Amino acid sequence: MVNRVTEYLFTASALLLAGCSEPYSILAPAGPSAKAVTTIWWGMLTVGVVVLLGICSLWWYASFRRNRKYSDADVKRVLTRMVLWGGIVLPTVGITVLLIFGIPAGNIMLPLADERAVRIDVHARQWAWDVTYPQHDIELTDEIHIPVDTPIDIHVTSADVIHGFWVPRLGGKIDAIPGHTNIVRLQADEVGEFGGQCAEYCGLSHAKMHFKVIAHSAEKFDAWLVQQGKTQ
Amino acid sequence: MNGKSELHKNFAKVWDNLPGWGNLAAVNHTSISQRFMLTGVIFFLVGILLAMLIRSQLALPGQTLITADLYSQVFTMHGTIMMFLFAIPVLEGAAMYLIPKMIGTRDLVFPRLSALGYYCYLFGGLILLSSLVLGIAPNSGWFMYTPLSSDDYSAGAGSDFWLLGVTFVEISAVSAGIELTVSILRTRAPGMSLSKMPIFCWYILAMALMIVFGFPPLILASILLELERAAQMPFFDPNAGGDPILWQHLFWLFGHPEVYIIFLPAAGMVSTILPVFAGRPLVGYRWVVLSVIITGFISFGLWVHHMFTVGIPHLAQAFFSIASMLVAIPTGIQIFVWLTTLWVGRVRFELPMLWIFGFLFIFVCGGLTGVMLALVPFDWQVHDTHFVVAHFHYVLIGGMFFPLIAALYYWLPHFSGRMPSMRMGRWAFGLVFVGFNSTFLIMHLTGLLGMPRRVFTYESGLGWDWLNLSSSIGGFVLAIGILMLVLDVTLHFRYGRKASSNPWQADTLEWATGMPPVSYNFASIPEVKSRHPLWDDPSLINSIPAGEHGLKSIKHGRRELYGTDAISGKLKEVIHIPSHSWWPLICAATLAGLCISLVSKAYMVGIFFAILGLGFFLRWSWENGTHKTMAPLTDEEASRGEPPLHSRTFDGPGLWGMCVTLLADGTLYLSLLFGWLYLWTVSPNKTLPDVSAISPVLMGLSGALLTIAVTLYRRLNRYLRREQEKSLAKWLWLVSACGMGHVGLLAFITVSSDLQFTTNAYDAVLLVMLAFLLFHSIISVITTTLQALRVSYDYISTKLSYEIVVMSPMWLFTHVIFWLSFASFLILPTIWEAK
Repeated sequence: MVNRVTEYLFTASALLLAGCSEPYSILAPAGPSAKAVTTIWWGMLTVGVVVLLGICSLWWYASFRRNRKYSDADVKRVLTRMVLWGGIVLPTVGITVLLIFGIPAGNIMLPLADERAVRIDVHARQWAWDVTYPQHDIELTDEIHIPVDTPIDIHVTSADVIHGFWVPRLGGKIDAIPGHTNIVRLQADEVGEFGGQCAEYCGLSHAKMHFKVIAHSAEKFDAWLVQQGKTQ
Repeated sequence: MNGKSELHKNFAKVWDNLPGWGNLAAVNHTSISQRFMLTGVIFFLVGILLAMLIRSQLALPGQTLITADLYSQVFTMHGTIMMFLFAIPVLEGAAMYLIPKMIGTRDLVFPRLSALGYYCYLFGGLILLSSLVLGIAPNSGWFMYTPLSSDDYSAGAGSDFWLLGVTFVEISAVSAGIELTVSILRTRAPGMSLSKMPIFCWYILAMALMIVFGFPPLILASILLELERAAQMPFFDPNAGGDPILWQHLFWLFGHPEVYIIFLPAAGMVSTILPVFAGRPLVGYRWVVLSVIITGFISFGLWVHHMFTVGIPHLAQAFFSIASMLVAIPTGIQIFVWLTTLWVGRVRFELPMLWIFGFLFIFVCGGLTGVMLALVPFDWQVHDTHFVVAHFHYVLIGGMFFPLIAALYYWLPHFSGRMPSMRMGRWAFGLVFVGFNSTFLIMHLTGLLGMPRRVFTYESGLGWDWLNLSSSIGGFVLAIGILMLVLDVTLHFRYGRKASSNPWQADTLEWATGMPPVSYNFASIPEVKSRHPLWDDPSLINSIPAGEHGLKSIKHGRRELYGTDAISGKLKEVIHIPSHSWWPLICAATLAGLCISLVSKAYMVGIFFAILGLGFFLRWSWENGTHKTMAPLTDEEASRGEPPLHSRTFDGPGLWGMCVTLLADGTLYLSLLFGWLYLWTVSPNKTLPDVSAISPVLMGLSGALLTIAVTLYRRLNRYLRREQEKSLAKWLWLVSACGMGHVGLLAFITVSSDLQFTTNAYDAVLLVMLAFLLFHSIISVITTTLQALRVSYDYISTKLSYEIVVMSPMWLFTHVIFWLSFASFLILPTIWEAK
């Protein structure tokens, strides 16, 4: 049921907002990590709008309703009720619910040990992405080829300044920091091309520091590996 | 009536600024705070201009209106100006204007420090702006992430302008923080216990303390990065044992409290204004105080939520995520307290309330997206996108700008004696509100569609085109609204209806200082019996200027305040404060000279200015206590039936100021210690530091001399409190001699050590640590030497030992940091190795 609703939401969002020409849209996820986040986003948006409208209409009502006389005891009663329910219970419940849904989503995104996972190394530099496949001796620039439906662990570092490695439709971002190696897990659920870009300001050509991720079916990816192995 | 104007004339003679150019020597809080606010508004308009440039460039895809280089300078300066040159100084200015008037006193407690702070702000701001005019402005973003901001990747002077200019401006923030803390704690009107303070004062007390603890990490970080740029000390270079992430920790250790430093005073304005228009006291005063304090504490525990994508351990991320969400609770409490106040009150709907309504909507919106961003997985997606840009504009403009304008309209009659009107004010509000939301509400979606922040252009067809265009149009509507606001306020000074006294029927004492206020605020200081003095006794508005309350003598020609107990508000002493002085201007100008020579890498000139500055500051400090410009001993003071002057006691504002300053100083030190431990436990190429370059035996010897000096000094203090000691000068000379021995040895250790500070981050930190110790020891020794001299001028004696008491915490601090450094920088790595 929940799955069907999310499925519906994805389709709706894809139609309404993302269309098909938005290669960087978080709202058109194409992998489990990105999907988890998008589901949470729609949930948070719904609750957020309700809370916003609720508080604003209460506030409006409080300002313009006909006034009654309040004794000190009445004031105290109203105050306790308001602070308790609005100031303490509302945020506490909200945060708890958010964490109940958020923590599993976070776990989906973590690069936990997985024997199927393929490792790819990305070295960022001003202003390009150097991609290597450690098991295959393949080197590329600004282009990452991956097999579909397979967890990919991207090991990210930088040769100069800090960059941000981000493929919005496949998963979260991770900073490329000199001296550090960070890992981000990506996975594509469908064959296709996905836009990637630098998220952390890294100098004059930051805006142009794009790359693409191309997801192949398993067979095509193997063929690609063989072919690349030959040419390099 | 005649007596009243006579009294006024006498007070004005003592309290008014010098005429003409003499105004530059003004120290009065009303003048200084107005300058703060006016200067802040001018910087604000520059910031808006830069925002307009940004929105013009992004209005259409592929625009080439400005180059990538200029664009990077523009967005860096937009953020820097709005944060450091507008938001903080304007709020400090507002607090400096209102606090003394609300707590029923005549001035802030360190007036010359206010003036110094203002000039540092002005000069620092101008230096920063000049870089923009010269086209060499900082261009690494307002949080200056290294290595992009380092010498290798930002070779010009841009980063230096930022690091030095902002540090210079921060002197003013920290001095305002110290001054507001001590003023609120020690100069409230008699009877005003902490629980009877106007709620605004709680907010400002929290803000001031947060400045004291929040700014030092950034000051340290700026010093380290500047040292890395100028002297190749590799604190942030992973190849030499440093780490660029250390900068981010130090920056956000400041940066997150900073957001609440901006929000709290604005929320305080809401808590002050809203009850007045609800026609009843704020309900839940205690709830609000509690949530302000909690917010203050939590805000220091969530800096890492700016760094969820740098690869920090997941457990730590979970901790900071939850801590960030918890801020929603104290904020929620405040919102519902305000709501209840409206609920049980009778609401009058005037212009300030319109802005408070706008505040509510926008701020709640920003708060909700804030909770969303605190969720780590969501942050991994939207971090560094326009979603975040939209979020923080909602929080800052909603949480700070809207309440500020509400406050501006509310207190306008106080400045001008005229009332604001709904006629044009309504339209300005409408334009700002609609313009703001059409700029930034849509921008959330821009971010969700994947547009990163700080891109100078984008391709067409990514779904971002119409969003950016509408944000740009909205941005211009917003700017027009702000212009209209400026126009409305300007016109009101001429055409506004004359205000009656206490025009909004407010409860707080600032409305009894005159409209516009007199330079001394109160001709006589009333005793305060509740949180709402003007509601309890509206006649105070007349009886205060008529001199019917305390401290009304002025023939002595001193500027005097009541000093009261920090908690109970019981009357303790009379505080005499300095009148106008040129030293703040002279010292700030010298510091500006230092700043400019460092930016332009003229280090010899810099050393000259540093020494000159030290001399000026010491000369300034000479004019204290019973110096002829301050409060020379007279017979009058004993016979007039007021408590003693503070400089004749053992506990005055100076001691409090020293302690609060040392809290800031101590935070600076702890940040350095944090950096040290971070580098050898967390940084990527960590090793155990080799500290053999510094001889522990010599350090121990130097420390022993320091211990002797401090023990002597503390013992002297004890004797003085019992009024036993006769040979004061001899004691002081002895302390200073031991201190000199200690400094000499420490200097020798520093110079003769074989620290590889350009190739090794640990050695670089050790050098900074030694310099930090040297600085404090030298200052302590010099001041005590001066005190020894002051004994011969009779400024200090067994009966007048206040200054010695004031310096006592400084010696103690010097002592503690010395041995703490000895233990943690020199001994700890050795023990670690042995283990």
